Amino acid sequence: STAFVQWVGEKTPISDTSYVGIDAILEQMRRKAMKQGFEFNVMVVGQSGLGKSTLMNTLFKSKVSRKSVQPNVEERIPKTVEIKSVSHDVEEKGVRMKLTVIDTPGFGDQINNENCWQPIMKFINDQYESYLQEEININRKKRIPDSRVHCCIYFIPPTGHCLRPLDVEFMRHLSKVVNIVPVIAKADTLTLEERDSFKKTIREELRANGIDVYPQKEFDEDAEDRMINDKIREMTPFAVVGSDQEYQVNGKRILGRKTKWGTIEVENIAHCEFAYLRDLLIRTHMQNIKDITCSIHYETYRVRRLNESNILFTSNPPDHPAVQPKANGQPEEQPATPQPNGVAAQHEALSHEM
Amino acid sequence: TLMEMLTSSHTPTHICNNSVFTLGEGARAVPLSGHVGFDSMPDQLVNKSVNHGFCFNILCVGETGLGKSTLMDTLFNTKFEGEPTQHNQPGVTLKSNTYELQESNVRLKLTVVNTVGFGDQINKEDSYKSIVEFIDAQFEAYLQEELKIKRTLHSYHDTRIHACLYFIAPTGHSLKSLDLVTMKKLDSKVNIIPIIAKSDAISKSELAKFKIKITSELVSNGVQIYQFPTDDESVAEINSTMNSHLPFAVVGSTEEVKIGNKMVKARQYPWGTVQVENETHCDFVKLREMLIRVNMEDLREQTHTRHYELYRRCKLEEMGFKDTDPDSKPFSLQETYEAKRNEFMGELQKKEEEMRQMFVQRVKEKEAELKEAEKELHEKFDRLKKLHQDEKKKLEEKKKTLDDEVNTFKQKKTAAELLQNQAQQAGGSTTLKRDKERKK
Repeated sequence: STAFVQWVGEKTPISDTSYVGIDAILEQMRRKAMKQGFEFNVMVVGQSGLGKSTLMNTLFKSKVSRKSVQPNVEERIPKTVEIKSVSHDVEEKGVRMKLTVIDTPGFGDQINNENCWQPIMKFINDQYESYLQEEININRKKRIPDSRVHCCIYFIPPTGHCLRPLDVEFMRHLSKVVNIVPVIAKADTLTLEERDSFKKTIREELRANGIDVYPQKEFDEDAEDRMINDKIREMTPFAVVGSDQEYQVNGKRILGRKTKWGTIEVENIAHCEFAYLRDLLIRTHMQNIKDITCSIHYETYRVRRLNESNILFTSNPPDHPAVQPKANGQPEEQPATPQPNGVAAQHEALSHEM
Repeated sequence: TLMEMLTSSHTPTHICNNSVFTLGEGARAVPLSGHVGFDSMPDQLVNKSVNHGFCFNILCVGETGLGKSTLMDTLFNTKFEGEPTQHNQPGVTLKSNTYELQESNVRLKLTVVNTVGFGDQINKEDSYKSIVEFIDAQFEAYLQEELKIKRTLHSYHDTRIHACLYFIAPTGHSLKSLDLVTMKKLDSKVNIIPIIAKSDAISKSELAKFKIKITSELVSNGVQIYQFPTDDESVAEINSTMNSHLPFAVVGSTEEVKIGNKMVKARQYPWGTVQVENETHCDFVKLREMLIRVNMEDLREQTHTRHYELYRRCKLEEMGFKDTDPDSKPFSLQETYEAKRNEFMGELQKKEEEMRQMFVQRVKEKEAELKEAEKELHEKFDRLKKLHQDEKKKLEEKKKTLDDEVNTFKQKKTAAELLQNQAQQAGGSTTLKRDKERKK
């Protein structure tokens, strides 16, 4: 029986005679997290030339993109969409992270781009599949390696008008299986007014097409969450500029793009919204992004997969009178014990009367 | 080519037709040229947990009267139970209570499970059984949830036991055989922390000997008790020191006594006062430190990654599931389960058929019996009827005969009377004489 909440004590500077130490668990969790480290898998999708690699390098302040890893390979546009992932171990103030950047060269680059989102969808589902495979093993790893795509950054070309059919198609399909964060790429070609009207148009089009990008309204946990996320939703998509070049501005070294008419400071929110993207993705919502992937997208995949499997293997003869599976498809743990309301029991009861 | 070079490493490729490669499983370390900000991840994780609240479940195993309830009250600084436990049930029962505690911004859902009647029986052979069953039942409930198709693991109220405090009676000699048997049955299912209860009954020197004896008995009987983890440098030292102080000799009390100018939790005797939080008096502080302030999270983790995994593995293997190799169909669990289920259904159907046949057979037999009886009855009835008819006939004949006789008699009487009258009219007394003579 759960009673009302009991306050047990607190640590005060004067004395801790009534201090139990329950809140020490926060420190314990922190310690554990530091020891275990984190995994983060981010996918970048967009036509070639939109600055995907540069943005990744800017976000993570290091050469994490695929191009940086393979500098000598001739860049050619592949004939189909390819999926290429690259992992790095990064560490900051004792916190270790395994960062995986998944590139999708060839997307949107063909003349006919029909269904070019399919290999990407397949890749994402394959990651769910391999996680599920490990999860249902009898002997399974203590920590199941997580290759699931936590976040998909979709690069919208800075046309200034509206979303292209390809953009809508991609986001419509993929927003159902992964967290999509749309960004306006190379936003330094848009003035602030152009940027704002472009964003407005995009938001309306997303709404009109029923596309839910991250942070999805239906996953807001409470009022506080909603308030914060509403603000983010009002700013979506972020207009970003990427750079891995440093320049001297006002005595400081900053990341930027130097042009004849001025230097665009990447981390200056007056210039572009890179900082908001970085804060969202890394500093404030990274855990939340992972949680949604884990408890919602993955679970949705799992439910669908298990149901498919059920239909495939169930072969009850049509005239079989009895034992119905439970409504939610829960497997019965002990199939050997007969159900008390089954036909067998009825027979037994009858034979007693004789 | 670069591609070949990168794919030649032993890292697995993803299940995808397109050209996919993964660079380095435990990839190479890459230096950062500035502050990225993912060092806030532990904070993000902690905040999420704070919002969710925490869950901790303690099982107290020990004989009646060893101060289990009092110790819980003392540890968590609160009065838990309203009424004292009833000690009149046969066998060992487990009583579980859940409380919501809060300290600063941390909400803890604490469940305390007590063994009622443990050690009270004359025959204690089965005492451990209900404890094992209870622990298994919590694992089972979690497993069921985990195997569900539509599941809600992140909001599931975890009832698995994270720590088992085993209360040893302060005899000063050695462990009781009940203790050894019980701990041996529990050590692969739960984190056991043995404690010497009511340790103010033992003197310091006896206590040291007692601890050594207990430890050596545990070791020689292969009982695995919970070891405070020493792999993390920040707590390795304190944990390994504490490991050497096991089993903790504790005293519990919620009564407060004034010592100096402070009110402290203590037990007051005529010969002195035992202060619960005085480390020279007892190990209560050590227990609290280890159980709550340092290792609560590790206890939860060990329960999940070790004890629960073992239960799950055994349970699934017991049911006939096996891990298949990656080439074969996925969903070994589902497949094997379905196969077993169909097998079972088939058997059930067969059994049903057999029973049905038997039922029909018996009905037939009974019917035949009844028919036979009916026939007999009919025959009997017929016979009786016939008998009755014969009787009736005979009686009627007799009656007829009798009637005839009566008629004849009547006729004769009438005739006689007629003659008499004639005679009287004709000759008076001579006829009388003649009649008299005739009558003689």
